[in-house]
Amino acid sequence: MKKVIHDLVVIENKPVGGNNFVLLLKATEKLPEMLPGQFCEVKVDKEPGVYLRRPFSIHNVDYDANTITLLIKAVGKGTNVLSALIEGDLLNIVYPLGNGFSLTKETHILLVGGGCGVAPLLFLAQTFRKMGLKPVILVGGKSTEDVPVLEDYQKLAETHVATEDGSLGEKGLVTQHTVFRTRLSEFKRIYTCGPEGMMKAVANIAEALEIPCEVSLENTMACGIGACLCCVTETTEGHKCVCTEGPVFDSRDLNNWNIEKASTCSLPYLKTKYDD
Amino acid sequence: MMIDLSVKIDKILLKNPVMTASGTFGYGLEFDDFLDISQLGGIVVKATTSKHREGNRYPRLAETNMGMLNAVGLQNKGVDYFVKETYPKLIKYNTNVIVNVSDSTIEGYVEVAEKINELEKIPGIELNISCPNVKEGGMAFGTSCPMATAVVEAVRKVYKKTLIVKLSPNVTNISEIAKAVEDAGADSVSLINTLLGMAIDAEKRRPVLSTVTGGLSGPAVKPIALRMVYQVSKAVKIPIIGLGGISNATDAIEFILAGATAIQVGTANFIDPAITIKIRDGIAEYLQRHQIQNINDLIGALEV
Repeated sequence: MKKVIHDLVVIENKPVGGNNFVLLLKATEKLPEMLPGQFCEVKVDKEPGVYLRRPFSIHNVDYDANTITLLIKAVGKGTNVLSALIEGDLLNIVYPLGNGFSLTKETHILLVGGGCGVAPLLFLAQTFRKMGLKPVILVGGKSTEDVPVLEDYQKLAETHVATEDGSLGEKGLVTQHTVFRTRLSEFKRIYTCGPEGMMKAVANIAEALEIPCEVSLENTMACGIGACLCCVTETTEGHKCVCTEGPVFDSRDLNNWNIEKASTCSLPYLKTKYDD
Repeated sequence: MMIDLSVKIDKILLKNPVMTASGTFGYGLEFDDFLDISQLGGIVVKATTSKHREGNRYPRLAETNMGMLNAVGLQNKGVDYFVKETYPKLIKYNTNVIVNVSDSTIEGYVEVAEKINELEKIPGIELNISCPNVKEGGMAFGTSCPMATAVVEAVRKVYKKTLIVKLSPNVTNISEIAKAVEDAGADSVSLINTLLGMAIDAEKRRPVLSTVTGGLSGPAVKPIALRMVYQVSKAVKIPIIGLGGISNATDAIEFILAGATAIQVGTANFIDPAITIKIRDGIAEYLQRHQIQNINDLIGALEV
């Protein structure tokens, strides 16, 4: 899949609750082919404290309109600049990067997202729908505003919500949600993206039930194309770059990933809150 | 006006002075989508050591004002893997592919140099005596004259092609080290490698990097690199390859004026993967504008 550098035009910058916002970006050249789970590296201009590009998952793609969307949470210097973009601004991006989620043909699929980590799951759910599959989506967050663009997921698939303060959906963590507690064994594959603690808890339980689980990692990176070797994660085969050999990994290939091996299924997730 | 951008580093003819810095350009292959690498003067591929190295633990990166700290620690699959698996993929490039050679012992350096010496399409090596991110070897060889002399002499005995030595800026007097490696048989010096630095997460009261300290690169280090190239150019006769924060053609011209025969682009590749070609074009445009036909007339042409 050929990687390109494009100047995309900001069509819309829509606040979607919390500090989250959705950028709708239009390409003047033809969009490259992209897969759900792939990401882009965005150049942040006019902020002297931001030197490196910022990686973001592709939230959605519309090849007919020649647009992509990014769902971003303003949490620091780089994302704050991006949150202030207005219609007509140009954004220099390198894309598509990394490997996507594997597009299984299994009929029972669960997508688990946390906070703005749900970003790549919209593109994934849409792709599964086009394949004729009906994924189930479970999203979680600290509170209502931490569950952005929920209606977009609800339009696509059966969607469930868990919030830690109970302001939306069931009260608690995604791993405490009814779907997770009572229906998990019906799923043949789980895809998850969100805070690392959440993904670890999801992966632990999936592994205990022998359900393949794919996780999307978000290590700090510089180049995004496998040159700097900064974003490595420890795998069963040694250090691997998250940018080129991920960001999606089979949870079983990751070392130091299980909080504790869940073979006894002591359900540690019930005791610990996720870290951010 | 016909512009001649070609320069020579010892026996190596570069079609233009633009090279890539080791550790910032992978093996070139990672950049194939973005530019025609054969149009560059040369590329320096990732450091190769005698044995496979896993490198340091994550986190390996900290962003700084106008730059970054890295603590990769020479992660690579070892020289045998390079010779067997990587080298065959690089012979497609119609440019000079230089291998950066590192290790933790003199014997290790010699082993790698001997094996790379056998590779027909590799016209030179860059001896890395300046990596700040490994516990043993690396920078230790580049911060004392006797150590630098010892490793360069040992490699010189087995390496028959162009031997470039990459110098550390983490020294009191870089000219002395440059002179020592010239006397020990180096054909060229490249400078600077990264500056030893540190980043702290005040909220967590912890270092950002797993190794606590790391190597600083990017535009932030450019004035220091420029000064060192200028000083070394007064101290040695062998050609100098200048690097350190070069992000555009003007930066490159400054290094050439300070005395560099060629330049390397490093961290800027992370920001714009196609930057090297733009820098080459910008250098040509500068010569055109200043009515200078041959780039060699610009080397060390600083008027003080």
